[in-house]
Amino acid sequence: MKWFDYAAPVSVGEAVGLLTAHPSARLLAGGTDLLVQLRAGRKETDLVVDAKRIPALNVLDYAPAGGLTLGSAVPCYRIYRDEAVARAYPALAEVASLIGGTQIQGRASIGGNLCNAAPSADSVPLLIALGATCRVVGPRGSREVAVEDFCTAPGRTVLQPGELLVSLHLPPPAPHSGARYLRFIPRNEMDIAVAGAGVEVILENGRFRSARVALAAVAPTPLYVREAGEALTGSPVDEGSIAAAAEIARKSARPITDMRGTADYRSHLCAVLTRRALEAAVARARERN
Amino acid sequence: MKAQEYTVVGTRPIRHDGADKVTGRALYGADFQMAGMLYGYILRSPHAHARIRRIDTSKAEQFPGVKAVVTADDFPEVADRMVDLGEGDTPLSYARGNVLAKGKALYKGHALAAVAATSVHVAEEAAGLIEVDYEVLPCVLTAPEAMRDNAPIVHDDLTTKEFGEQTGRVSNVAEHFRYAMGDIEAGFAQADVIVEREFHTATVHQGYIEPHNATALWNNDGRILVWCSTQGSFVVRDVTACLLDVPVSRVRVTPMEIGGGFGGKIPVYLEPVAALLSKKTGKPVKIVMSRKDVFEGSGPTPGSYIKVKIGARKDGRITAAQGYLAYEAGAYPGAMVAPGAMCIFAAYDISNVVIDGFDVVLNKPSTAAYRAPGATNAAFAAESVVDEIAEKLGMDPLDFRLKNAAKEGTRRADGPKYRRVGCVEVIEAMKDHPHYSAPLGGPHRGRGVAIGFWFNVGMPSSCTISVSADGTVNLVEGSTDIGGTRTSIAMQAAEVLGITAEAVRPTVVDTDSVGFTAVTGGSRTTFATGWAAYEAAQDVLRQMKERAAKIWEAEAASVVVERGVFRSGDKSMTFQELAGRLDQTGGPVVGRGAVNPRGVGGSFSGCIADVEVDPETGKVTILRFTSVQDAGKAIHPSYVEGQMQGGSVQGIGWALNEEYYMSDAGSMMNSSLLDYRMPTALDLPMIDTAIVEVPNPGHPFGARGVGEANIIPPPGAIANAIYRAAGVRMNRLPMNPPAIMQAIWSQRD
Amino acid sequence: MHAKVRVQSTINGEPQEFLCEPRQSLLECLRDILGLTGTKEGCNDGNCGACTVLLDGRVVTSCLVLGVEAEGCEITTVEGLAKGNELHPLQRSFLENAALQCGICTPGFLVAAKALLDQQPNPSEDEIRLWLANNLCRCTGYDKIIRAVKQAAIEMQEVNT
Repeated sequence: MKWFDYAAPVSVGEAVGLLTAHPSARLLAGGTDLLVQLRAGRKETDLVVDAKRIPALNVLDYAPAGGLTLGSAVPCYRIYRDEAVARAYPALAEVASLIGGTQIQGRASIGGNLCNAAPSADSVPLLIALGATCRVVGPRGSREVAVEDFCTAPGRTVLQPGELLVSLHLPPPAPHSGARYLRFIPRNEMDIAVAGAGVEVILENGRFRSARVALAAVAPTPLYVREAGEALTGSPVDEGSIAAAAEIARKSARPITDMRGTADYRSHLCAVLTRRALEAAVARARERN
Repeated sequence: MKAQEYTVVGTRPIRHDGADKVTGRALYGADFQMAGMLYGYILRSPHAHARIRRIDTSKAEQFPGVKAVVTADDFPEVADRMVDLGEGDTPLSYARGNVLAKGKALYKGHALAAVAATSVHVAEEAAGLIEVDYEVLPCVLTAPEAMRDNAPIVHDDLTTKEFGEQTGRVSNVAEHFRYAMGDIEAGFAQADVIVEREFHTATVHQGYIEPHNATALWNNDGRILVWCSTQGSFVVRDVTACLLDVPVSRVRVTPMEIGGGFGGKIPVYLEPVAALLSKKTGKPVKIVMSRKDVFEGSGPTPGSYIKVKIGARKDGRITAAQGYLAYEAGAYPGAMVAPGAMCIFAAYDISNVVIDGFDVVLNKPSTAAYRAPGATNAAFAAESVVDEIAEKLGMDPLDFRLKNAAKEGTRRADGPKYRRVGCVEVIEAMKDHPHYSAPLGGPHRGRGVAIGFWFNVGMPSSCTISVSADGTVNLVEGSTDIGGTRTSIAMQAAEVLGITAEAVRPTVVDTDSVGFTAVTGGSRTTFATGWAAYEAAQDVLRQMKERAAKIWEAEAASVVVERGVFRSGDKSMTFQELAGRLDQTGGPVVGRGAVNPRGVGGSFSGCIADVEVDPETGKVTILRFTSVQDAGKAIHPSYVEGQMQGGSVQGIGWALNEEYYMSDAGSMMNSSLLDYRMPTALDLPMIDTAIVEVPNPGHPFGARGVGEANIIPPPGAIANAIYRAAGVRMNRLPMNPPAIMQAIWSQRD
Repeated sequence: MHAKVRVQSTINGEPQEFLCEPRQSLLECLRDILGLTGTKEGCNDGNCGACTVLLDGRVVTSCLVLGVEAEGCEITTVEGLAKGNELHPLQRSFLENAALQCGICTPGFLVAAKALLDQQPNPSEDEIRLWLANNLCRCTGYDKIIRAVKQAAIEMQEVNT
């Protein structure tokens, strides 16, 4: 790696200032993507800006009325070790525990996973399904972005020069709601998803009151499959509705063939994973009163 | 020594290097430090096949912090000649060529130049400033493609040797050989059922966790001192000396602790380069490979294309077997195809056999040995076909193998006849094991078995033992310790001397300090270096008997020693007591042993694998796994179990997920441990082991090498299990989820 | 000219100060600057776990931590497991169970396993395997490592009761 400098700002404003003054500066949270990319020459920088001393980026704050504020630098392990958060958002805790392995989870953050904007990002389909929003701050102030709009291309996001993702916000879990993210990997841990499906369902009187479905690793960005959720809305909670939604998911996928899987295989997995994730989410929704 | 109740052999002492290894004090090659040390970085070809028109190192040389840059032109000029570097004759230009390319880059990752600088970061940056003018050439990436008439030629001067004779034909086939016995056509004519299948296996890597490393100092007195992690310090010495055109005596290699090798740390990559950089800078230079370099610039094991045809009678007797093995050597000839051909049908007593082997060069890294090199590929093929035949005949797969099992006197197609071997015993132990009759317990599950053979090697080893006054001994040997061999060697000496394993202090020393010792590999270390220790210990006893005779004023011939007690008539003395009196009786006692043992015993291994296949994703879960192996005599049972478990898990990875995923341009797309998927702890169950002991008549303790045979059967067993679980017979490795899914879909259509 | 950065942290209970370039990983700093070579490099991208250390009580792969990020942190490496001459129960258990062959992965496993037993004194086999999935071993097939961790857990619980 070429030489870079290091700064550890203690406020969002200070960070924005640094990022604005150094156009090729990079924000460092867990480093589990950035350092790998810098070493491989896939990214370059002259200044690494450490996010971990900025309080707003390290907030993990849950309240039943307000929902969850998840600072963008909060490492995964804090999510699943926080009893209240894990109880309110079990699917999020699961996602935090399947990114990498124990050591990676000690450092990697959900916010970083989102900003890295890999098509296979494990956290994003679930964030989409849960209706998360992103609080972005930059030289021109602060704005909200729906998480499904955040990634624009492989490795690219809506962040403009000088902007950073400060935190994510998740609405409070609704009664009779359940969520689940399932991915397929060839081993049991450590792998990048070959395909993934994140879903949230809200049930009412034996029907889907609403549902959201999103996919990983089968499009240039995490893919929000709006039509699958719309098809489920109002449908009875049964095999047929779930299968229909899974088929919509499969058809909407635009996977490629690469070293992690063939296009056909990934499309097929979309249907399998969407179906299985919906079944699991329904079971969870039924448990949650 | 006769088979009897041993005192030390067969027990499980704590390894002598244990405290250092669990506290982080043990020094591996990359841990080595020396004052003034510089750091090297190697520039590697981005192209799989290219002519190197020009290398301009001037900008790199001027980069601040850079002290020297070298290319192949820095090797001393000598006429090309054939050299024997431990694996048969090879041109010196080939041996040098893989270390630093000259004229052509033959694979992506091929080393071209190296920079020495004050830090590895500086060296890496500077290497980026070396300008290379390439003429990119078409590349060839599989054996069948490389064997075609119009294939791109990798070496203009490589001609095919066929059946032992030079044909003079320029091609990518370095050698075509054949093993044959009996009458193959008559054999197939007698068969009631014949199965003929084709198989492909992908390139896989040994996957040692420690990357290659070396530090070299071209000293002011002209000696070249090397510290490195290697399986063979004498190989490093000889190859480095040969490539640098200096006498062997000028090079001293100090083996550091080694973090895994499995055959991949026998070839020499970094030492000559570090030495050249040291010569130019006058400083020690350390080079450590990155993980990417390890994948792209060291020696994976050959991918292969294999055809197997086996015929059998209704009663289950195999009447004929034919094999065709085309192995990818990588950029330079020397694929381990002959060992594959030796082992492919080696577990069976078959009268009519023909095996054709092809050593094929192509534009991939030059391959190296990987634990029973060549045999795992071959067994995947043979054991799948055997399984199919047994099924067609309605026979239990182990009974079918028993019916045809190799025994003492069975001849192999490559020539040798077996002495006493344990093939039958291994199969019977598999049958008797509770795993074989346990219920599978669910749908989509299947059980598969396979067996395999590895011949093991002898080769030279040396050892000296010196006796301390307190009755302990120092044991000096030259076999780098990858798995606990310094202890298994010490145990054999202890057994002879009648002292405890703890009373022996084994040290692995440099090439100046011990007699020639061949590589730690070939399942030879406990066997051969243990034998050298055995001989050294016998020498010690001989000398000490004379000392006892002196003390007792008796005839030397009247002194006997058993389990550490010397006796003559009614007089006796323990080893410890006598050790305290050596100074007065003539001085120190130093025993030596130097062997090149002939009594090598091959090892049979088998495994039982239970799998579950998810019919919707093709993912295979290993539910239960049992490894069985004939160890002859397990010197240290925990270490034998460890070899069986480790080899089994490498075989599982080879079977399920490991492969070099190559782009059409010859680039390995998955050159990281993220996407080169080796099994993690979460991917496996416990690996049960059953050690069979059919003593090797050729070894003092009956030991057979155990390191290798255990990696051979797992891919075949898992393929056979997948067939029973999912109804598909896989003919490619790895059997990864997309491949299995595709096989399930193809079958449905 | 680029200036190095001064870092102050506590390593194995002792205050340590070192100078490093921002691009140097904590792994490099431990090994090449502080001479603590017990922590090993296997891949330099977080996939093998050979470089595992404890950073403020969390298991992390030190190859993916910059040395400068260690400012003010508490770090435990394999060199900090033994108490003087006395090996940690895990270290003893690894030796007794032959849970190492080449030993290169052992420091990483020991640190990771220690962190597990510190927070979960009685883990099941599955929990041990999940926790250690980020640590690769190529020699042992993990069987004896799992057994060693279980034995150490039992021993440590007995000491505490």
